[in-house]
Amino acid sequence: MNESFTSFAYLVAAVLFILALRGLSHPTTSRRGNMLGITGMVIAIFASFAHGGMTLGGSVLILLGIAIGGAIGLVVAQKIKMTALPQLVAAFHSLVGLAAVCVAASALNAPESFGIGTLHHIHLESLVEMSIGLAIGAVTFTGSLIAFAKLQALMKGTPITFPGQHQLNAGIGIAIIVLVIAFVASGGSFALFGIIALLALALGFLLIIPIGGADMPVVVSMLNSYSGWAACGIGFTIGNLALIVTGALVGSSGAILSYIMCKGMNRSIINVIAGGFGATGDAAVAGPGAGDKGVKIGSAEDAAFIMKNASKVIVVPGYGMAVAQAQHALREMGDLLKQDNVEVKYAIHPVAGRMPGHMNVLLAEASVPYDEVFELEQINNEFSTADVVYVIGANDVTNPAAKTNPASPIFGMPILEVDKAKTVLFVKRSMASGYAGVENELFFRDNTMMLFGDAKKMTEEIVQSLGH
Amino acid sequence: MTPADLAAQAANLAHQASILAQNAAGVAAVAAQNAPPAAPFVYLFSIFVLAVFVGYYVVWNVTPALHSPLMAVTNAISSVIIVGAMLATGLHGSTVAHVFGFIAVVLVSVNIFGGFAVTNRMLSMFKKK
Repeated sequence: MNESFTSFAYLVAAVLFILALRGLSHPTTSRRGNMLGITGMVIAIFASFAHGGMTLGGSVLILLGIAIGGAIGLVVAQKIKMTALPQLVAAFHSLVGLAAVCVAASALNAPESFGIGTLHHIHLESLVEMSIGLAIGAVTFTGSLIAFAKLQALMKGTPITFPGQHQLNAGIGIAIIVLVIAFVASGGSFALFGIIALLALALGFLLIIPIGGADMPVVVSMLNSYSGWAACGIGFTIGNLALIVTGALVGSSGAILSYIMCKGMNRSIINVIAGGFGATGDAAVAGPGAGDKGVKIGSAEDAAFIMKNASKVIVVPGYGMAVAQAQHALREMGDLLKQDNVEVKYAIHPVAGRMPGHMNVLLAEASVPYDEVFELEQINNEFSTADVVYVIGANDVTNPAAKTNPASPIFGMPILEVDKAKTVLFVKRSMASGYAGVENELFFRDNTMMLFGDAKKMTEEIVQSLGH
Repeated sequence: MTPADLAAQAANLAHQASILAQNAAGVAAVAAQNAPPAAPFVYLFSIFVLAVFVGYYVVWNVTPALHSPLMAVTNAISSVIIVGAMLATGLHGSTVAHVFGFIAVVLVSVNIFGGFAVTNRMLSMFKKK
């Protein structure tokens, strides 16, 4: 088919992808956006089938590959639990990374197919672009695998650090750059390609192991960004417009999400990547001592009684809600309270959960209407008008030490100001400190009541008490 | 001016024109040799830079409530890398290239179908009061 026609088709696909992201600006337009994205993908695939020189056998092989991969993808997408979304996304990122490595290897072996020169005499700039795609793709692949293992609890979430770690990573980074230069000068040496691939795979592994489990939202967003840049590198290599535009979109999207997550924790991206946060729990204890102050402990009946007599309840969910799968019980509780004419709202901290927007999806899954769910900036000044705040599975994001104690490791982090409410109900399994290893002085306040137990079980008990 | 002079000048001009034409052909041949095979890098790079800006503004407009679907859908669309994998599989080339291409097609197909499907599943759960 005419080459300018296929280029035009790729342009249409790229525009449709932009519109797909545009649709996500509001829940009402989001599904249409997703359909536009699917349309764009179909157009891009058809345009590639129409590429001149496509063999019949090759086309059959491609269709077979799409059928195998597509079937796996559809089954996984239907079966996956919404609480396991972060690890699913991490796994998907690893596939994009590995695919980028594979396409780079193909281009090295069959440069004529992509019009980038001949075997061992590949154009200089194509080699540079290819090695960028290869290196970022390989880092994305192993990095995402580690993120997946940490999120899936196949690996401990605690940071793995050792002396000389950063120097080692920097050394590998420099070695990769030197080897890329040698690779480009060689005109496409297979051996150098392999060594670059191995070193980049090792780097991806080493970069993510020192990062703690709760920093995974940043890591997942960062790997999202990497997968985009890897696609871009391949896009430049094969001179494909759709791939370059999409890679740039994805790359900047992931970068923005990483930035939002870092801001939500008041930490720099360098600080997160350097890792080791939360590893030294005991050194970070701040605020009043634990032993000498008592806490008020309540039961489910007490909590139900207090909430029933309130006029406004704000629910603050955190990762603990996801772990306990408490979202459905939580929605039931909200429904019963609304029947008693209690106003119920939900407040989401930007870093709640293990990926950006995780809590919103879980609440939506439990049929909580999205117009009852609010972001930090939208709801923070409403806490002073709330009678009860029900904190379920969140801790650090409510800690007033972030505002009052400059010595605290979380100082400067934006928090949900739950301490301004008349009563704070804290559902927790124990008095253990949160991820940052900081004690929460809220537990010891007079207007706080601790509800010890599993988040789901406690909420279900409250639902029962409310029902009576 | 005699007709002979005119003829001589015309011949002279024609000769100059032919030299110019030869030079132009030479320059064109050199340019053709040096030109990159596909679109020039600067042209692709301009598209890239503009796309980064488009991405920046579009993504800041995404409501925070939909950040999870955003990640899932960006993951799905970055699988457009399948176009590279398809060329690697479907064109004449070495067997190694075909094998790598096929693996890549399978991997990104998981992503394309899985990514769009899971995004759709998430988005269908977001409902108003």
